[in-house]
Amino acid sequence: MNPRYLPLLATIAIFILAYALCYSQYPNMLSTRVVGNLLTDNAYLGIAAIGMTFVILTGGIDLSIGSVIAFTGVFIAVLLANTSMHPLSVFALALLIATCFGGLMGGIIHTLEMPPFIVTLAGMFLARGMAFVLSTESIPITHDFYDTLQDVFFRVPGKGRLTLVGIIMIVTVIVGVVLAHRTRFGSYVYALGGGLPAAKLMGVPVARTTVCVYALSGFMAGLSGIVFSMYTSAGYSLAAVGVELDAIAAVVIGGTLLTGGSGFMIGTLIGVLIMGLIQTYIIFDGTLSSWWTKIVIGGLLFTFILLQRGLVWVTSRARI
Amino acid sequence: MNRLHPALRRILPQLITLVVVLGCNVLVFPDFFKIEMANGRLYGSIIDILNRGAPVALLAIGMTLVIATKGIDLSVGAVMAICGAVAAAAVAGGSDVATAVVLALCAGIVCGLWNGFLVAVLNIQPIVATLILMVAGRGVAQLITEGVILTFTNEGLIFLGSGSLMALPMPFLIWLGFGVLTAILVRKTALGLLIEAVGINLRASTLSGVRGNVLIVAVYAISGLCAATAGIIVAADIKGADANNAGLWLELDAILAVVIGGTSLLGGRFTLAGSLIGAMIIQSINTGILLSGFPPEFNLIIKAFIILVILIIQSPIVQSVLFALRMPPDRSGDDAEPNRDDRADERDHSMQKEGMAP
Repeated sequence: MNPRYLPLLATIAIFILAYALCYSQYPNMLSTRVVGNLLTDNAYLGIAAIGMTFVILTGGIDLSIGSVIAFTGVFIAVLLANTSMHPLSVFALALLIATCFGGLMGGIIHTLEMPPFIVTLAGMFLARGMAFVLSTESIPITHDFYDTLQDVFFRVPGKGRLTLVGIIMIVTVIVGVVLAHRTRFGSYVYALGGGLPAAKLMGVPVARTTVCVYALSGFMAGLSGIVFSMYTSAGYSLAAVGVELDAIAAVVIGGTLLTGGSGFMIGTLIGVLIMGLIQTYIIFDGTLSSWWTKIVIGGLLFTFILLQRGLVWVTSRARI
Repeated sequence: MNRLHPALRRILPQLITLVVVLGCNVLVFPDFFKIEMANGRLYGSIIDILNRGAPVALLAIGMTLVIATKGIDLSVGAVMAICGAVAAAAVAGGSDVATAVVLALCAGIVCGLWNGFLVAVLNIQPIVATLILMVAGRGVAQLITEGVILTFTNEGLIFLGSGSLMALPMPFLIWLGFGVLTAILVRKTALGLLIEAVGINLRASTLSGVRGNVLIVAVYAISGLCAATAGIIVAADIKGADANNAGLWLELDAILAVVIGGTSLLGGRFTLAGSLIGAMIIQSINTGILLSGFPPEFNLIIKAFIILVILIIQSPIVQSVLFALRMPPDRSGDDAEPNRDDRADERDHSMQKEGMAP
C-alpha cells in the first residue's frame, strides 16, 4: 500500500472510532438529526478549510480567512441594511472582493518573495480593520430572501435535516476534490508544494498558480462568510476570530502535510467533522467544560504531526 | 552617517520611524510630551507608552532570539495566559508572591522547553510545533482557572503590574532590565553569534561544532520565560487571570515588533534593541490613535499598511535594488579603505540568500 494514504486512513479510523465511542455512550449520536446538525454547524469551517488545504498543499499558509469571513458578513449585512440590492448580487460582490483580496496577497507573496505567514498576517489585520470600519456593532440581517434560504432543507429519514449550508459545504468539498485530484491546476498545486525549484523546472507556472491558490482561498473564505451570515443571520466584525487556526488544525488532522505537496481534500472534511464531533460530544455530556475541546484538539494535532513525522522518516529510510 | 557607531547605525531607520510616529502624536495631541509627578510617580503619555508596551516588549525579546534561529513562536500569547493563571491560582491558594512568580516562570520555561523539544528533537516546523500549544494552551489556562476570571488581592503581585519604583512604572523597569540582561548575555558572549549561525545554516553550524539543537531548545525556553513574565504583568495589571483574553493576539504584535525592528524572518542577524524600539513604535501608534480621537477601528488598517511597507522594504527584490544603488560609491574608490560595515552587510546578505535556497 502507498504510505501516502496512511495519514488519511488514520484520520478515518480515528473518526470512526470516536464516533463509535460516542455512540456507545449516547445511542442518539447516530441519528440523522445529529449528523445533519454536525454538517450544518461546521459548514463555514469546512468551506474555509477546503481553501486552506489548497494553500497548505502549496506549502503556504493563509492567516487571513477568519477576518475575511467576518468582513464578508459585515459587508453583506451593511449593504442589505442600507441599500435595496438583492442578496444574490451582494453575494457576488462579496465573493469578488474576497477573491481579489486573496489574489492580491498571492501576488505580494510571489513578487516580494516574502513568507506567506507575514503577508497573510497583514491581510488578517487589514480585513478585520475593514470590517471594523464598516461597523463595530453586530448588524442583524432581516431580509425575506434570507428567510427563504434558511428554510431550504431536505428531510432525511429519521427527522434529520440537510440544510442549504450543509449542502453548500458538501458541494464545496466535491469541487475541491475534483479540482485537486482531477485537474491540471491541482497537479500544479501539488508540484509547487513538492518543491519550488523542481516545480519551476517542470514548467509549472509558479506566479499564476500562487496567485490562483490564494485567490481560491479568499473565495472560499468569502463563501464561508456568506454561509456564516446565513447561519447566524447577522454580520459582526468580531465574529469568526481564530477560525484560521481551526481550519489549519482541521487540515493537519485531515492528514495533509504542512510542508506541502501531500494530502487529500477528503481528509480535511473528516478533520472538520472530528472537531465538530468533539464539540457535539461535550454538548451531549453536559458536565465537561468547553475548554476540553481546545485541549483535545491540541492533543490530536500533536498526534497527527508526530504520525506524519514518523511516516516521513520511515519512507525516507525505505528509499535509502 | 558613516561616523555613527555601527550598532546605532543599524537601528537608525527604526529610531527615525519612532521619532516620526512620536512627532505625529505631538501634532494631534500637543501635550504629548508633558510629564508630571503625582503620588510619587511620573505620569504622561510617554510614560504610558513605556508602561503599556511592556508585554509586547517582553515577548519581542524572546521572539527575536527565536526568529534569529529561523523559527517562530506562535504560542507566546497562550503561554502568557497559562502563566498568569498559574500565578493567580498560586496566590489564591495562599502562597506568597515569590513562590507564585517562581511557579509561573517555571511554567513558562516548561512550555518553552516543550516547543523547543518539538522543533529541535522531533524536527517539526516551528509554525506547526508552536501551533499545538497555541491551540491547547488557552484550554490548559482555563483548566487552571476553572473557566472563571481568577481575581486576587495580593498586594505584592499587583505591585508587579501597577506599582512603581524610583517614580517609574514597574512593567517598564522589568522589560528594560530583561532586555539589558539578554543583550549582555548574547552580545558580550559568543552566544549571539552562535544563534545567528544556527539561524543562517543549522547544518553547517552543527558540522562546525555548534550544538545547534541545544541552542534552539534554549531560545524557545527563553521565549517561554519572557512570555511568563509578560503573563504575570498582564495578570497583575488587571488583578486577575483571564484565560480567554490575556495575551490574545499578542504573538502577532510581538512578531510585528521583531520585523519592524529589522530582524529578518528568514533567520540570521538579529537586533534586540531594534525589536524593543519596534515594540515601542507599535505602542506609540496605538496610544496615538487613542489620543487623537481617531476611531480605533482604523488601528488594524494602519498596522496592516505598516507591515506592508516594511515587507516591501525587506523583500529580496527591493533589497537587491538598494544594494545595487549603494555599490557604485564603493567601487569608484573615493575612499582608500573600503567601508568595513558594508562588506559585512554584503557577506550577510549573500549568506541569507544561500540559507533561503532549500
